[in-house]
Amino acid sequence: MTSVSTARRRAALTRFWSEFRNHRGGLVGLVVLVAAVLLALVAPLFISENVTSVVEGVGEKWAPPSLAEPFGTDESGRSILLMVWWGSRTSLLIGFLAALLSIVIGLVFGVAAGHFRGWVGGALMRVTDWFLVLPSLVTALVLAAILGGSTFTIIMAIGITTWPSTARLIRAQTLAVEARPYIERSKALGAGHWHITTRHVLPNVAPLLLASTTLEVASAIVTESTLAFLGASTNRTSWGTMLRASYDFGAATQGAWWYILIPGLAILAVVMAFTLVGRALEAVLNPRLRRAA
Amino acid sequence: MTTPLEAAEPAAIQAAGPGDERPTYRGMLRYALSKAGGALFSIAMVLVGTFFVFRLLPGDPVRNLAQGRNMTPAQLDLERRRLGLDKPLLDQFIDFVGDTLRLDLGTSYEYKRPVLDLIGERLGPTLLLAGTGLVIAVSLGIWQGTRAGWRHGSRFDRFSTGTSLLLWSVPTFWLGLLLMMVFGVGIGPIPGILPFRGIESVDAPDGFAYLLDVGSHMVLPCLTLVAVVYAQYLLIMRSSLVEEISQDYVTVARAKGLRDDDVRRHHAVPNALLPTVTLVFMRVGFVVGGAVTVETIFTWPGLGQLFYQAISVPDFTLMQGTFMLITVAVIVMNTLADVVYHILDPRVRSA
Repeated sequence: MTSVSTARRRAALTRFWSEFRNHRGGLVGLVVLVAAVLLALVAPLFISENVTSVVEGVGEKWAPPSLAEPFGTDESGRSILLMVWWGSRTSLLIGFLAALLSIVIGLVFGVAAGHFRGWVGGALMRVTDWFLVLPSLVTALVLAAILGGSTFTIIMAIGITTWPSTARLIRAQTLAVEARPYIERSKALGAGHWHITTRHVLPNVAPLLLASTTLEVASAIVTESTLAFLGASTNRTSWGTMLRASYDFGAATQGAWWYILIPGLAILAVVMAFTLVGRALEAVLNPRLRRAA
Repeated sequence: MTTPLEAAEPAAIQAAGPGDERPTYRGMLRYALSKAGGALFSIAMVLVGTFFVFRLLPGDPVRNLAQGRNMTPAQLDLERRRLGLDKPLLDQFIDFVGDTLRLDLGTSYEYKRPVLDLIGERLGPTLLLAGTGLVIAVSLGIWQGTRAGWRHGSRFDRFSTGTSLLLWSVPTFWLGLLLMMVFGVGIGPIPGILPFRGIESVDAPDGFAYLLDVGSHMVLPCLTLVAVVYAQYLLIMRSSLVEEISQDYVTVARAKGLRDDDVRRHHAVPNALLPTVTLVFMRVGFVVGGAVTVETIFTWPGLGQLFYQAISVPDFTLMQGTFMLITVAVIVMNTLADVVYHILDPRVRSA
């Protein structure tokens, strides 16, 4: 029994991979993504948080890119290259965790709203729509300002403001799954809410969830950098706080283009990679899109 | 982005009466009323949410409001009584709702002036910037989306979709910084050509020259806002037009021998336009977020900058007032878009 289902799963995975391989953009994105995550993970083996410390800045201030400092230095003589590398840890961590939080809330609300009909589902949708209409950046800023800046509160602020679109997507998928006859069979055999949602609905919404998580990470990274730029930061170096510092110390008027360009390009590369992978996943996994193609 | 017809979903449930004119009209009115009721409920929830978020979160509200200035316990008590914070929570809530409904948003600690006055001053510049930006973004997005969608798969289409994805991934503030550096400050020997701080020069002239001055100050913020916002309009218009092209009526129009331009302009585009225009208003919250960022970078004296200043002080009364105003405005826009779409598009009504 188990070996049969394992074989089936492996076959499905192989099929998925061979389809995903056809999306060149998705592959490029995946490579960039894996590289970025690996670099962030191994960073402590080569450098430490000291590279972001103002006192440790030993280089020349506002030094343009050279052989010694490939990406130049900032207002305290710190290396932009090393700071971007170390900052990737905060940016990616917040991006991943905020997306995870947003997806989990969205999943619970979406499945519950689709599974429980009647007033419970209606009320849940009402709440979802209310959150959907709130201007998310403004709300996240307010939450971050009130809760105070720490990694945890920034994650909370992003997660709380971005889950509704996931909830809507999951609810639609849940409704589609629950209309199928095997759910009725399962109910007739005495399956409860928990069994139906975790054993039948969840496996069916999981592929879509993967695609939307990837896209969610991309937007969470952008949101984190925007929040950091607008002052709601964690006091730890991230790409957003670097750009904030470049603005505060007038890098534009100093002509220090490298200080603005490099952290921004890092954001752009990672976000593009996530978006490309997410779109490719969506194209492969979403049956509605697949049929249309 | 994937489901441009999402807006049609709730409307489809509200099936109008059978065929003839009057029940449809009444159904429409009922739809509008139920939507207005929903909006009122949402606004009420915003009031409740704001009240509790701003009062029940960690820390002493008086100390929060006073931003950590040194105060004796007696002063704190006095302040507490003045703000009504010694009353039970329910009374405080009723006072808060009453004040807000009378448009009394409290007094800013930072500016020592009523929040409503501050908002009134800043409203004009924001409407000017966001309005101009929105008009340009919508026209550009619809024009380019139409061209891309009409010949989808063409080189122009691939170029448009690629640029949109790129612009979609670019953080607004970074694009603003780049534009400021290139066109405002200038690189190396090339001097900057455009002003990038505020809405007018210190020695702004009068009359027509003043308009030119403001206009030149507006170029960079507007450009940033447009670049970030228009990409999604392009994508929505494109996908909505692609969907229309496969409809039978387009084939019929072509079979009649109409010119390609006529089929596009008089048949496909008007139908594709409806969901696009609705989504423009549905996504107004996104524009608001962009406006806050753009106004901050270019120190544009608008509502977004006021909100940013409230955040960075932090001035909680001001923050609360601007937050409520922005949120309510977004809710009203969304509801209007929903109702207008319902009235304009018979396909939704008879679904």
